[in-house]
Amino acid sequence: MRIVVDLNKCQGYAQCAFLAPDVFTMHGEEALLYNPHAAEEERAAVARAAAACPVQAITVEGLHEGAPVEPVQVFSGAPWEPRDGR
Amino acid sequence: MAADYVDWLRREGRIVIVGASLAGLRAAETLRAEGFTGSLTLIGDEPYEPYDRPPLSKAVLLGKASPRHTELPRRRHLDAEWRLGVPAAGLDLTGKRVLLADGEEVEYDRLLIATGVRARPWPVAEEAELDGVFVLRTRDDSIALTERLRAGAKRVVVIGAGFAGSEVASACREMGLEVTVAERAGAPLVGALGGVIGAVAADLHLENGVDLRTHVTVTALEGDPMGRVRSVHLSDESVVEADVVVVSLGSLRNTEWLSGSGLGAGPRGIASDAGCRAFDFRGIVTDDVFVAGDVARSPHALFGYQFLSLEHWGNAVAQAETAAHNMICSASDRRPHMWMPAFWSSQFGVNIKSVGVPPMGDELMIIQGSTAERRFVGVYGYKGRIVAGVTFDNARWLEYCQRQIEQGAPFPVEYPTVDRRPEGRKAVPADFPDPSLPTHGPTVTLSGYSPADRRLVFTPGHH
Repeated sequence: MRIVVDLNKCQGYAQCAFLAPDVFTMHGEEALLYNPHAAEEERAAVARAAAACPVQAITVEGLHEGAPVEPVQVFSGAPWEPRDGR
Repeated sequence: MAADYVDWLRREGRIVIVGASLAGLRAAETLRAEGFTGSLTLIGDEPYEPYDRPPLSKAVLLGKASPRHTELPRRRHLDAEWRLGVPAAGLDLTGKRVLLADGEEVEYDRLLIATGVRARPWPVAEEAELDGVFVLRTRDDSIALTERLRAGAKRVVVIGAGFAGSEVASACREMGLEVTVAERAGAPLVGALGGVIGAVAADLHLENGVDLRTHVTVTALEGDPMGRVRSVHLSDESVVEADVVVVSLGSLRNTEWLSGSGLGAGPRGIASDAGCRAFDFRGIVTDDVFVAGDVARSPHALFGYQFLSLEHWGNAVAQAETAAHNMICSASDRRPHMWMPAFWSSQFGVNIKSVGVPPMGDELMIIQGSTAERRFVGVYGYKGRIVAGVTFDNARWLEYCQRQIEQGAPFPVEYPTVDRRPEGRKAVPADFPDPSLPTHGPTVTLSGYSPADRRLVFTPGHH
């Protein structure tokens, strides 16, 4: 389950850290640390955390739209030469 | 005519996005959300679908997340063609084609460029190639660094104390590693937040056991006969032993692939109008090429129409959304990109956040809390008004700062500070270094033209 938190919005209310402590933890008084790839069995807890966030900073894939993610095909590509030393 | 074209474009046009990271993904989602039903292609140089970078220097190093799993959540189904693992190598503006490094071409009707930045490498190639020397920007960088740190590294040297370097130093200390930080300026974070706040950051380093060396540069990285890094030589002639070196010297904008294309692209990024339409090298706005994210620079009404280059997560999202909207709407429905610059960092357990453009400020005033307590709100002033705010563990005040900036509130602030600390009653010089000196970290670059700055250079194409 993919998660991203908009940490510009986050104000450290720590509701998520109470509701899904295995995914969200506070680091110090105000900074949030989270696992962007939470285990599927955390889904209910993460959904509660996202709903409880006072500033609605948490985005969880599939929580609202329920849309499946299409597989991404990775093109390995032919060998190529960097043009500028990259 | 023009309306017919937009209708056609929305229905069956071809939109190509170069850059498959945060800005590229959010732009693609916005295009679909706003009703674009044509073909959508995302081109990315890394062989990974879009992933989030901020956790790489924080949660990943602290063992809270895997470097392989920071993929960004999708907000909707995209129905896009992904060309991943192959960088774009050129742009044919006339023929409306993107040239890929593997020799293929992708045609477009409208193009969004979101190629972002890359880590500035250590300038001496043979030293950069020593085993144990890392940069930290991509997933691969993160995997390599994390594995090495966990495999029993003893002493880490971080070169550069911008935000990224400071976050790495902080995480390494939490892992129990010995850390030396070498910084050219007088304190960490001075390019982004000035010397007064930099002094607070320096205290954080020292209190947490970082061996902080300021006013020094690194003169050489020394390897052992096996090609592993052994020590770091500093300009004060001291030598620090190290088995891991993290080069954290800011970033370079990924614009080289556009050289000779005729687009207004260079080391400072790609200039655009406020509606994200790219300029060509003559300063004439293009119709079909848009830019967003770290690679873009655009004029901002709140900051004297200075061109701002923002390496900020939130800017990538907001600018991508605006660019995508403007790509598929009629001219009268276009929106300007007027996002308030904002960023965050967490280091040594302290949450550092900012709004506005701190380096524009010449004075600083602490309006709440105290720098001695590492918990405060500061505002930056320029020509009598507030242009930026910074908080240490006081994020809830930031919205207030933002409103003050938007309203052009006077500086020095007229109200007494809320908790009436004596140090907060007067403005002090913010103490930014000379802007012509290199700085690093996710900050704001003021890059408007001054009369002395005539840099219009014509680079003829080579095909």
